[in-house]
Amino acid sequence: MEPGCREQLDFARTATIPTRDHALNCANMTKISRPTAKKAQQSQEATNPHSPVMDFDAGKPLHLDSGVSLSPFRIAYQSYGELNADKSNAILVCHALTGDQHVANVHPVTGKPGWWELLIGPGKPIDTDRYFVLCSNVLGGCLGSTGPASINPETGKAYALDLPIITIADMVRAQAMLIEHLGIKQLFAVIGGSMGGMQVLEWASSHSDKVFAAVAIATGARHSSQNIAFHEVGRQAVMADPDWKEGRYLEAGTVPRKGLSVARMAAHITYLSETALHNKFGRNLQDRQKLTFGFDADFQIESYLRHQGTTFVERFDPNSYLYMTRAMDYFDLAAEHGGRLADAFAGSKTRFCIVSFTSDWLFPTSESRMVAHALNAAGASVSFVEIESDRGHDSFLLDEPEMFSTITGFIRSAARAKGLLPS
Amino acid sequence: MSVNVHPRVDFAVIASLVKPGSRVLDVGCGDGELLELLQNTKDVDGRGVELSQKGVNESVARGLSVIQGDADSDLKYYPDGGFDYVILSQTLQATRNPKNVLTELLRIGEKAIVSFPNFGHWRVRTSLAINGRMPVTKDLPYSWYDTPNIHFCTINDFVDMTKEVGAVVESAVALNALGERLGFNMPWGFWNLFGQQAVFLLKR
Repeated sequence: MEPGCREQLDFARTATIPTRDHALNCANMTKISRPTAKKAQQSQEATNPHSPVMDFDAGKPLHLDSGVSLSPFRIAYQSYGELNADKSNAILVCHALTGDQHVANVHPVTGKPGWWELLIGPGKPIDTDRYFVLCSNVLGGCLGSTGPASINPETGKAYALDLPIITIADMVRAQAMLIEHLGIKQLFAVIGGSMGGMQVLEWASSHSDKVFAAVAIATGARHSSQNIAFHEVGRQAVMADPDWKEGRYLEAGTVPRKGLSVARMAAHITYLSETALHNKFGRNLQDRQKLTFGFDADFQIESYLRHQGTTFVERFDPNSYLYMTRAMDYFDLAAEHGGRLADAFAGSKTRFCIVSFTSDWLFPTSESRMVAHALNAAGASVSFVEIESDRGHDSFLLDEPEMFSTITGFIRSAARAKGLLPS
Repeated sequence: MSVNVHPRVDFAVIASLVKPGSRVLDVGCGDGELLELLQNTKDVDGRGVELSQKGVNESVARGLSVIQGDADSDLKYYPDGGFDYVILSQTLQATRNPKNVLTELLRIGEKAIVSFPNFGHWRVRTSLAINGRMPVTKDLPYSWYDTPNIHFCTINDFVDMTKEVGAVVESAVALNALGERLGFNMPWGFWNLFGQQAVFLLKR
């Protein structure tokens, strides 16, 4: 669910984190939190990104699910590899909740490698020597596509909460306009995990003829009540921070650092598993021999989570976090089709590959199985693989050889069927 | 879910029953060997269901459309008449409710192809009659306490069940231990004694 999680799951590093620097010290709560240099750079990315952008002006408004039209709007994207002559080798990567378009290049704010470089690159399962790989920052995001940190042309100030609510279908509509603008009639494949997987399912459902193959990983056709609950905790944490300023923190020159950190800490737990936490941290103490009988970060897990929270704030816009979580909460593909999920895929000629992980409790296998059964009922071509892993939801971002062999086999077979590879 | 050992002599017989270019669902497809054979030799549009995660992952890595699922509980998700053939190879005896599974096969497919080990084979009968032991043979290598094969039947038993579910036997083949076809005109009783396994092509 998180770019750079590969690095963040390098738990050994946490042992050296000076906890006091990162502590969410309650005493600081009343002090105004000012942007750091890195934070300023992130804000810069929202309006002036290190990515190509596509601007859609008044002639091409985006009709949102909320009934509002958004115009103008901008999509920032990255691409890798070459589009072939008949534009048939394009693969769209859809990013997760706090991800971005920097899927296979160094991140402009964090300086870390792309979040899916294990999967995407020359000679990788998604081979950029063979395919044209495209990844756009979702609508509502904060790395260059129109989002709450973008300037509202009507006011000259950041949209903040004046941006209409964005849904998964809205994100996909914007991507479809980008694809059309690039002259791509059909994507060879759409692939994504978590919220990215939701976009994949939405693509395959609402733009079926434009998707030859779809890979949806660690995801579901809806957000469960428990998932909505966790998101609500995160949103309330952001909004309870006095530095949030009713969403107008950019003008106030503040950062709701504590709120977004807490939101991230809570969410991060849901991306892991109890086994992974226990194996890596147990009840180990952080830089100390015994308990301090206070509220400092005595335990390694506390220190680790605080670090996750503070680093997240540096690279993510708090209002964007509100919009992204809401988009996931609203997603319910069956509800859009009279309550019958199979109808979302009726007549689909798309080839599907659904992947889940045994220890993922955020999007458990049962959610993926529901999608697989619906695809069966719709007579669609579907592969469904559950992969044994104790690393929880974030497994999809990690080195999981079985996931790679699954995706490699699926993509190769689809490429043969589409004539991109000799059969 | 497919529980027989290699080489799978029934595969060639099954492949000979499938018309080229048809839509095929292989229930209990194992590592996808039969599906791949059918795709390569019969140009079928093939799908698979497999209980074991290992089998599913191997099948998908081969580029086959296979999902993890259980013949007993997951066939209900498939639409009526969605396939030309539904294949159940060496899996019937491992299902909890074979009669229900057979009914589902004939609902989903225009035709069903079922292969199974014949428990009426003389070696099996000998093991019980002479040795007083549950049979353990090369093709049925499990002991009674660890076998996944919970519903063995004989060829005669199976023919009875096809009648109960209202299926028509379009053709049937019995194979001996070497995988050779037994004489075509022999009565069921002969097959039931000398057929080590059988392949049936059924229709509704």
